[in-house]
Amino acid sequence: MKIFATDRKGAEHVIEGRDGWSVMEMLRDAGLPVAAECGGACACATCHVYVNDGWYEKLSPPSDAEVDMLDMALAVEPNSRLSCQIVCAEALDGIKVTVAPE
Amino acid sequence: MSTPIETDVVIVGAGPIGLFAVFELGLLDLKAHLVDILDRPGGQCTELYPEKPIYDIPGLPIVTGQELTNKLLDQIKPFGAQYHFNEMASGLEKLADGRWRLKTDAGTELVAPVIVIAAGGGSFVPKRPPVPHIEAYENRGDGVGVHYAVRKMEAFRGKNIVIAGGGDSALDWTINLAPLAKSLTLVHHRDGFRAAQHSVNQMRELEREGRVKFHVASVKQLHGEHGKLTGVTLSGADKKEWQLETDAFLPFFGLTIKLGPIAEFGLNLHENLIPVDTARFESMTPGIFAIGDINSYPGKLKLILSGFHEAALMAQAAFHICRPNEKLRFQYTTSSSSLQKKLGVHA
Repeated sequence: MKIFATDRKGAEHVIEGRDGWSVMEMLRDAGLPVAAECGGACACATCHVYVNDGWYEKLSPPSDAEVDMLDMALAVEPNSRLSCQIVCAEALDGIKVTVAPE
Repeated sequence: MSTPIETDVVIVGAGPIGLFAVFELGLLDLKAHLVDILDRPGGQCTELYPEKPIYDIPGLPIVTGQELTNKLLDQIKPFGAQYHFNEMASGLEKLADGRWRLKTDAGTELVAPVIVIAAGGGSFVPKRPPVPHIEAYENRGDGVGVHYAVRKMEAFRGKNIVIAGGGDSALDWTINLAPLAKSLTLVHHRDGFRAAQHSVNQMRELEREGRVKFHVASVKQLHGEHGKLTGVTLSGADKKEWQLETDAFLPFFGLTIKLGPIAEFGLNLHENLIPVDTARFESMTPGIFAIGDINSYPGKLKLILSGFHEAALMAQAAFHICRPNEKLRFQYTTSSSSLQKKLGVHA
C-alpha cells in the first residue's frame, strides 16, 4: 500500500506502508518530522495528522482514548487523527495525510 | 543567587536512566544531585505513560511507567540523592579548577567534576499553539498576554480571559478564574472534554450562570501592539471568524519535549543528540557524559535497558574523574559485604 503524505512545507511524499504497522511509524521512517514522543502509545498527541480527500470517513472511527488524546493536540480539525492509531492495510492503499503543525 | 552546592556528580534528568545512574554511582560512593524540569521523578515514564505497561525491562515481564519509577526510587533510596525539581538546567561552564558549574533557571548552582546528561529528548515544555506571533505576547507579566501556567490567580482579576483546551488544566483554570475574571471564554475543538467529569459539570454550571462562555472554536490570531494583548480572532466549527476583546490568553494543551538549553552546552550535538563513546559514554567534552535517549553512538537503541547499561559504564569512568587517586575494585552486590553495607542490607 502507498501513503501520500504532505509535510509541513507542503511537499508531498509517497511512502510505502507495511501491513500491520502504524502510519506514524511509516512517516517517521520516511524522515518526516513527526515527533511521536510517546512512541505510539496514544499518550502524547505529537503524531497528529489530517486525513484528506475522503479517507477520514474510510477509517474505523477513533477510540475513546484517541478522541481524549486529540484534546491535547494543537490545531485540531474535524479530519484530525493520531497517526499512531491508523494501521496500514491494503484497504488504505492511497490514503492521504497531512502532518499537522507543531 | 544561592551558594553553589558541591557534589560528585550532577545528573540532568530524573527519568529512569538518571535515577538508575544514582544507583551505579552510589555503589562507588559517588554522591549525586538531580535536576529536572518536571515536578516529580520518572521523566517520560510518569509524564507520558504512567499507566501504560512496558514489557521489555529485564526481569519485569510487565511494569507500568509509574511502577518502574517507584521501584527505581526504592532501589536508589540508600544513596540519598538530592533532587531539584521544577528546575531547568540552563547553563554550564568550566571552572578554573577543572570542575563544572551547572546553573538552573531557578538560580541553583551546582559544582561537580562530572556532569551526566540523562535528559531523554530534552525538556518538557508547554505546547505552544500555532498562532502567528504568539511569542510576542509571552512573558509580559502576570495576568496579561499569553500564559501556559497560572502563578498568581489574583493578577487575573477583572481581566478578559480566553482559555483554550479540553483537558483538566483548561477546565480547572476555567473554574478557578471565572469568579475573578471580567469575562471568561473557553474554546475547544469539540463539545466534549477529556477532563474529569465533575470539572466538566462545574464548567457547565458556570456556563448556565453566564459566568463562562464556551465555544467550539479555536484561536486563529492574536491582536495587540508592542506585546500588549488586546484581542483574539476565534474561528468556529463553521469557519466563521469573530473577534473578542482579550487581556490574557491561556492555552492548555499539555507538554511537549524540546531540546532546550542543552543545545547551548557546547557538546557537538548531532541531530539533537550527544555523540558519545561506548566505553565510557562520555561526550567529546571530558567530564560530561550522556546516557539514555539523549546520546548517540553506532548501534544505539533507544531502550530503557540500554540506558541502564550506559549508566553502569558511565559510573566507572566518573569514579576515576571524581577520585583520581583511588583504586576502583569491581565488586558484585551478591557477594561484596561493603556494597551490601551501602545498600543497607548487610547482615
